[in-house]
Amino acid sequence: MLRIRNLESGYGSLRVLKGISLHVNSGEIVTIIGANGAGKTTLLETIAGVVAASSGEILFDGRDLVTLSPERIVAAGCSLVPEGRQVFAPMTVRENLVLGAYIRSGREGKAAVAEDIDAIHRHFPILKERDGQLAGTLSGGEQQMLAIGRALMARPRLIMLDEPSMGLAPIIVRGIFEIIGRLRAEGNTILLVEQNAMASLGIADRGYVMETGQIVLEGTARELMENHDVQRAYLGKEYRSIGEGRG
Amino acid sequence: MQYLLSGITTGSIYAIVAIGFNIIYNTTGIINFAQGEFLMLGGMISISLCSVMPLPLAIALAVAVTAAVGYCIELLFVRWIHNPTVLRMVVMTIGISILIREIALHVWDEKVRSLPYFTGNEVTSVSILGARISPQILWVLGTCALIVVLLNLFYGRTLLGKAMRACSANRMAASLCGINAGRMVTVSFMLSAAIGALAGCVISPMTQTQYDCGTSLAIKGFTAAIFGGLGSSSGAVIAGLLIGVIEAVSISVLPLAYKDAVTLTLLLLILVVRPSGLFGSREAGALKEF
Ligand SMILES: Nc1ncnc2c1ncn2[C@@H]1O[C@H](COP(=O)(O)OP(=O)(O)OP(=O)(O)O)[C@@H](O)[C@H]1O
Ligand SMILES: [Mg+2]
Repeated sequence: MLRIRNLESGYGSLRVLKGISLHVNSGEIVTIIGANGAGKTTLLETIAGVVAASSGEILFDGRDLVTLSPERIVAAGCSLVPEGRQVFAPMTVRENLVLGAYIRSGREGKAAVAEDIDAIHRHFPILKERDGQLAGTLSGGEQQMLAIGRALMARPRLIMLDEPSMGLAPIIVRGIFEIIGRLRAEGNTILLVEQNAMASLGIADRGYVMETGQIVLEGTARELMENHDVQRAYLGKEYRSIGEGRG
Repeated sequence: MQYLLSGITTGSIYAIVAIGFNIIYNTTGIINFAQGEFLMLGGMISISLCSVMPLPLAIALAVAVTAAVGYCIELLFVRWIHNPTVLRMVVMTIGISILIREIALHVWDEKVRSLPYFTGNEVTSVSILGARISPQILWVLGTCALIVVLLNLFYGRTLLGKAMRACSANRMAASLCGINAGRMVTVSFMLSAAIGALAGCVISPMTQTQYDCGTSLAIKGFTAAIFGGLGSSSGAVIAGLLIGVIEAVSISVLPLAYKDAVTLTLLLLILVVRPSGLFGSREAGALKEF
């Protein structure tokens, strides 16, 4: 579904992505893990068109996204739930959801949008209770749900999530990952960026490890979880003994 | 009573100019110092047109043409500034306002013109609460109220209005929703130009229109916008009315010549004492670069 080849991008003269290649198959959850500053957010924002790519290609169902604006990329069926949620704080929860369906509203009309809002409410009952509340006054977990719901309103074929667990209590994080699992069960394709490697490898099919703008490791989620380097760097597991680690 | 009414009338004009500032400020974060020129253009164009067509049609056309001017300004100038620092935008919009004024001077020369009174003439009056006022004042007040109500409906109910609010709340998130932020900026320029032009038409019979009448209106409107808290529509209305009344009262106690000085003093005071305005939050005020 998504195939990225030798993607490079950055900010002004600062090169952040140094030739990224990866792919996501339809129906998969693929996770990207990596330390702070590795360039994960930059990668997702480059795919979404917020950051301009300097070279390489991003094929989405065979179509190159590199030259498209963020609006066109959303319309093509690829939505990003940005880092830090970025809800429209001075607007109500419902308005946030309605705006998520902005690209479809012209074609499909209000009734279809209202129906989808009902579907979002089934996923996130709390958003129904908060319908008329200003998004800025929601708790962090609620804002994350709203951000995911807003992205879903565009009916994307690929959903990219940038650190959905950031700053949330463990129990809320579990809830968010449950929702991600349910989204996949419904046939969605998901590209998940996470610092919480344990949880994201637990739910993903495959994963990539990113370091300073490059993919240094890839494999099935299971392979990565069993990899010693990954365990040491991202899963917080110490070597049981130096000798075992080297062997 | 008479003072109060005339204060409210001029105040409501300032409020409309302030709302025009706010529309553009909210989507772009810049102050369009050419806002006053939209009023001048609206007035001038309708004056020229009304000799060849009925007044309502002339006003409608003037509003449409001015909106087109707003569109061109965005298309020709604003869009091409890729790194819109506040200083650059200020310099550019002031430049645009001078340009429009010079063009107006060539087209309409220095003569002071005015639209005919919408109902009756300059001596017609109606009496309200014991004060005798020109029916044009009612037109002005009615138009202001209508603009405020319609704008609220637009921002609150329509998808386009919500999309514009979304852009001002969080531009990146808006484009991730598929909203074309650039187009919202274009719409905001057209909208504030149209509103300015309409205001320019209704006040023309009373205040007269001259090629450079936009400047003082812009300063008063700017004061109201700052006073009410940049970006806040209800704040702009209340602040506009307050400034109008303060001016009216100042005329009754000070010589007429000090009228503008009073407003400017007020502007400076606000900028020094409370730059976030009456109703803007302090926090928001601190974030603004003005
Ligand atoms: N807007 C920007 N302008 C300039 N440099 C930036 C910008 N955003 C990120 N960077 C730089 O790009 C590099 C990668 O940042 P990025 O946000 O993509 O990392 P990340 O992997 O998402 O980190 P984190 O896990 O902390 O979210 C960092 O060195 C950062 O300083
Ligand atoms: Mg990040």
